[in-house]
Amino acid sequence: MIEGARWRRWVFFNLPLALFVIGLLFPFYWMMVTTVRPDAELYRPWMAPNYTPFWTLNPTLDHIRYLLDETLFSRWMLNTFFISVLATVISLFCGLLAGYALSRLKFPFAGSLGTGIFITYLVPQTLLFIPLADIIRNFRLGDTPWALVLTYPTFLIPFCTWLLMGYFKAIPRELEECARIDGATRWQAMVYIVFPVAVPGILSAGIFAFTLSWNEFIYALVFLSSPEQKTVSVGITSELVRGDVFYWGSLMAGALLGSVPVALIYSFFVEYYVAGITGSVKG
Amino acid sequence: MSRVIIRSLNKRFDGVHAVKDVNLEIHDKEFVVLVGPSGCGKTTTLRMVAGLESITSGEIMIGDRIVNELPPMDRDIAMVFQNYALYPHMSVYDNMAFGLKMRGFDRTEIANRVKAAAEILGIEEQLQRKPRQLSGGQRQRVALGRAIVRHPQVFLFDEPLSNLDAKLRIQMRVEIKKIHVRLGTTAIYVTHDQVEAMTLGDRVVVMKDGLVQQVGEPLELYNEPANRFVAGFIGSPAMNFATVEMADTEGALWARHEGIRIKLPTELAGRLRPHVGENVTLGIRPEDLHVASGSDMADLSFDAVVEVIEKLGSQILLDVRVGPNTMVAAVEPTVKAKVHDRLRLALNPERLYFFDRVSQAAI
Repeated sequence: MIEGARWRRWVFFNLPLALFVIGLLFPFYWMMVTTVRPDAELYRPWMAPNYTPFWTLNPTLDHIRYLLDETLFSRWMLNTFFISVLATVISLFCGLLAGYALSRLKFPFAGSLGTGIFITYLVPQTLLFIPLADIIRNFRLGDTPWALVLTYPTFLIPFCTWLLMGYFKAIPRELEECARIDGATRWQAMVYIVFPVAVPGILSAGIFAFTLSWNEFIYALVFLSSPEQKTVSVGITSELVRGDVFYWGSLMAGALLGSVPVALIYSFFVEYYVAGITGSVKG
Repeated sequence: MSRVIIRSLNKRFDGVHAVKDVNLEIHDKEFVVLVGPSGCGKTTTLRMVAGLESITSGEIMIGDRIVNELPPMDRDIAMVFQNYALYPHMSVYDNMAFGLKMRGFDRTEIANRVKAAAEILGIEEQLQRKPRQLSGGQRQRVALGRAIVRHPQVFLFDEPLSNLDAKLRIQMRVEIKKIHVRLGTTAIYVTHDQVEAMTLGDRVVVMKDGLVQQVGEPLELYNEPANRFVAGFIGSPAMNFATVEMADTEGALWARHEGIRIKLPTELAGRLRPHVGENVTLGIRPEDLHVASGSDMADLSFDAVVEVIEKLGSQILLDVRVGPNTMVAAVEPTVKAKVHDRLRLALNPERLYFFDRVSQAAI
């Protein structure tokens, strides 16, 4: 908090905060307004006398209805959900074990292996999809959800490993040592002591992984082709942009509904998530 | 029989020889304290006994088994850590029960043992709480409780009181002592605090740079330190040291230095005669110095200038300058002295210590 005169508080705290909040929330507001705006208003030129860009006086659910009835949106949501959950579970599982091993076990090249894993995360997806496409074709997984369930971990596992590695390092070693003296094997100490203590870290890794796979675009665009296999991000942009015609209302409705699950997850776990990012473990 | 025998124990970390050839026999029911400055290898030794650190060479026996290759869980030990190491996601009860659950005890037995331990430690009220809801002292009690419930052969303590404030530390010290008397379990206790070592230990092991300096009962270390390090480490305030020259004049042996001229009693003189003409280190404990009165002989006293006065209540510490040396004298609280006062300090000739300048060993 900023001490001192009231105007200082306003100039240096409240005002910047307000600008920041508006900047963050305005796209969502715009999305919402566009979703319920009738077509007639959407295509009204800006110099028209009754032009109202920031609100609408005749809200309509037509665009949402169109999205749900005329496109495979609910199918896309299911696809995305299925793929994201599975990819997240796989990545978390591998990331947990790898992160634990890299932070706790002593073995040759442990340090450089950790760095190596992080570097693989830095390889851009726009390069990686080319060889991956070849692999997907060889395994005949093209145009199936498995193409994504198995390729998303290529960037999610390094990410989860790296995040959890840092988190495990922050957990006092003595906790585990004490458990091992208490009669636990290394595996039991890991499962009964380290993982429960690391729950905030595991949750935030999971949320991140889920969000990353939910929003993923390139792999989904390349590996899936039939409309009923698509994910939300690809489905909306390919099916609601036809040639040079943008179905703005339905596009925005899709974007809005598509971001609901992620928003829900974040709001449920926000406390754990913050604890996970700030890495606070109290003994 | 739950004795612990350590034979020729060595530990090397990459390039650092942390524990050098430690030999130690800890008897059944004995409370042994390892004490020394940080980095002296005491904690590493303890961790090797616990099985948390591999052994470079040597042998550790707990009871009648050689445990070198046994994992911690099979050594039948319990350890209390400096940072308590309580499982933060478990209640106090579960923390204490964890070791028993892991070992497959049945529920009623677990409940009985946890209850008994909680009673000993006075934490029955806290059993359902989480560690973060406890004060430092309570956490330490839980950590102790977790060790007690297991009825292990040996307790290992790794600086368990270092995180507590001074008052609580003294209180818990007494409590640990009581628990040991009550349970009679063999214990190895690591600390850097010599007061803790002296008050708790049946025997104290003083370590420095990975080497055992001396093993003995507390008063033995205090009265007969084996070398200069032990002499300086044990006792508070620390022993005063001064370099003196041994001289044989006027039919007696004298320890001389600027500002100091002490006539040695005959039995000391016998031991020091081979060092005549050499420099040796003289050690005098602050509590063996007092302000000279008429009955004190001039040969057993020296002049000093008061630099700092620390009034502790039960005694007064005078930081004095004696020639080029500074010394501390612990004197009666009735002594009236002011800074810059020149006074004469007399010493107790029975309680003079001499150390070789090179080997540092007691003469």
